[in-house]
Amino acid sequence: MRNAPRTALKLGSVAAAAALLLTACSSSDGGDSGASGDAITDEQREEALNTPTELTFWTWVPDIQNEVDLFEEAYPAISVTVENVGQGAEHYQKLRSALEAGQGAPDVAQMEYQYISSFVLSEALLDLEPYGADEISGDFVEWAWNQVSPGDETWGIPQDVGPMGNLYREDILAEAGIDEAPATWDDYADAAQAVKDETGSYISNVGATQAGQMIGFMWQAGAKPFGYDGAETVSINVNGTEAKQVADYWTELIQADLISTDVDFNDEWYQGLANGKYAGWLTAAWGPIFLQGTAESTSGLWRAAPLPQWSAGEQVSGNWGGSSDAVLATSENPIAAYELAKFINHDEESALRLATEQFLFPPQLSVLEDPAFAGQQLEFYGGQEVNALFAEISETVDTDFEWLPFMDFVYSSYEETVGTVIAAKGDISAALDEWQTELTEYAEAQGFTVE
Amino acid sequence: MSHAPALDDERPTAAAPQKRRVSANQRKLNRAAYLFITPFFVIFVAMLIVPLGYAGYLSLFESRLIGGETFAGFANYVRALQDPDFLASIGRMALFFVVQVPIMLGLALFFALALDSGRARGSKGARLLIFMPYAVPAVVATLMWGYLYGPDFGPIAQIARSVGFGTPDFLSPENILGSMMNIVTWEFVGYNMIILYAALRAIPSELYEAAEIDGAGQFRTAWSVKIPAIRSAILLTVIFSIIGTFQLFNEPSLLNTIAPDAITNSFTPNYYAYNLAFINQELNYAAAIAFLLGLVIAIVSYVVQLNEQRRARKERSGA
Repeated sequence: MRNAPRTALKLGSVAAAAALLLTACSSSDGGDSGASGDAITDEQREEALNTPTELTFWTWVPDIQNEVDLFEEAYPAISVTVENVGQGAEHYQKLRSALEAGQGAPDVAQMEYQYISSFVLSEALLDLEPYGADEISGDFVEWAWNQVSPGDETWGIPQDVGPMGNLYREDILAEAGIDEAPATWDDYADAAQAVKDETGSYISNVGATQAGQMIGFMWQAGAKPFGYDGAETVSINVNGTEAKQVADYWTELIQADLISTDVDFNDEWYQGLANGKYAGWLTAAWGPIFLQGTAESTSGLWRAAPLPQWSAGEQVSGNWGGSSDAVLATSENPIAAYELAKFINHDEESALRLATEQFLFPPQLSVLEDPAFAGQQLEFYGGQEVNALFAEISETVDTDFEWLPFMDFVYSSYEETVGTVIAAKGDISAALDEWQTELTEYAEAQGFTVE
Repeated sequence: MSHAPALDDERPTAAAPQKRRVSANQRKLNRAAYLFITPFFVIFVAMLIVPLGYAGYLSLFESRLIGGETFAGFANYVRALQDPDFLASIGRMALFFVVQVPIMLGLALFFALALDSGRARGSKGARLLIFMPYAVPAVVATLMWGYLYGPDFGPIAQIARSVGFGTPDFLSPENILGSMMNIVTWEFVGYNMIILYAALRAIPSELYEAAEIDGAGQFRTAWSVKIPAIRSAILLTVIFSIIGTFQLFNEPSLLNTIAPDAITNSFTPNYYAYNLAFINQELNYAAAIAFLLGLVIAIVSYVVQLNEQRRARKERSGA
């Protein structure tokens, strides 16, 4: 925590040094932090990892037991119980309840990037710096690391990310006379018109209430809608110039009936993807595999491309989704808990398996460069190396993007103010103003200083 | 207990001199009675009174993300009474109540009378079929209706399109309340029907015979004998419906995943309280809303009951 006792810091610096040695032992081929013969054996860490310990790990990643098994193999003294208490909102509610109740909270918990600050606010997360987190920061893509470490502290280890790209039906676009994915947003608007005229399909769907997607677009456009100093000051600017540029763009396409605004992730929408109602999906790096399961019948017809750009020749993207593993401040075994969070997402074998078996899009450089991952040719995308493409996109994500410490409210308020307007094909820019007002009022009522 | 007549009858003569013994016996009986109702009261107090008291206590505080908890007196209640979202949700439920409950209870009464008349063939099977939706969990029912309402692939929309009526949008912000009324009606018609049907079965048959002698037909009997005779059962279903309506939660919460643009966070008071507590993290305010909601339900139920009593009294004195 911010006022961590000095002993912990001292302990931490020793621990950090020892991390070098331990990773060298544990990871199969030494990896990034190999070498360094001068590393000092840290008694605390050694002791913690050799003392029989029980850890609880809350996550909704399917089959993560496989990676946990690797950890337990490497550190037989530690046994980990994996619990899935629900996905997304439910997970955080239970976590808050457990923290509030003062018991029952896990040692390690999955934490989406946008929720980190709300748990930092309630001082529920352990700062991982003293445990050696900075040693591994260089092994992750920079912007992902910024998400878990916006300041001097590090609150989690990145697990997966969602740099955004464009998945589209090559056949439908070809039918409309378009041979290449639109490079700019202007091209995209023209293509939308052609697709609608020639085939009757929508070039893509903007989920009316899908804040994640819209925020991703804003992220790409360089907007900085949120900011949090880690204490009591927030900045809210969801109706800035860049955000409104994005809003106006979509308002125009939606009002011309070139983009549908169906609510996403429900049956109607799944079928829309499968039957060609939508000729594309502007989504994140977790999208390709997801789509493959959803629209099986259209296998081979899809292609992946970067997001259209605001100015020709640029390469910028935003992010939508992804999570980290954080250690709770209430954990009685913080060293072992940190090692678990680190191992799952940093050990080469574990990280590679997360990427190739659970299809989490990796923030780990080692995996991104691994041919076993990047070279995967997906049948569904006509044999395209989709992972390699998104690995490239990942490097173009704007590095500084912050969140507010009350994202539950931000999303729910988005649904109320912006979502309803998108669904009614109204003026999204005006809705952003209203969203801004609601967020500001809430933040002030909650005692924050709003910049 | 005061009413143990059997005991008194057995020993009528011993009443005065053996008072001690009887009351000792009585005490034993009393103890047994208390013992039997203890489990109920333990659970009642632990699961209802204590949480209720705690919620009431919480509602007097204000908790902020920055600055923590402070005593706020009745500030949360004052805020709720001025909260347009809360008032709108109460208004929405009042509309729901005024439109949906008469339809639902009318249907339930109609079915109950039809079954009771003994004229309908296969009445046992019909009774079961009408009651069945109540046995379907509300969660499943809402998901099922969500599919039926679907604008692209829902069967209703497909049929409407094939006969040239265009696509009805059951899930639009304007129509969602009606769609929800339909779900709730479907769910609870059978339940109310069973209550009314049971009451109808309890009417002594002499009344029917008298009516028949007076020359009343089926409809006249239903109107003048059956319905007045089950008035208290009808009142019961009305009270249940008031409580059910103002506490609607499952339906909006599930339809929200299908039509988040139509279901606002404050669609129903209960759903609003939930969102305040778990999304806005305003637990204290949510507690105040929940208390006010309870108050509204109590008042509406009381007014309905009072009205009915007054009418019954007037009728009695008039006759």
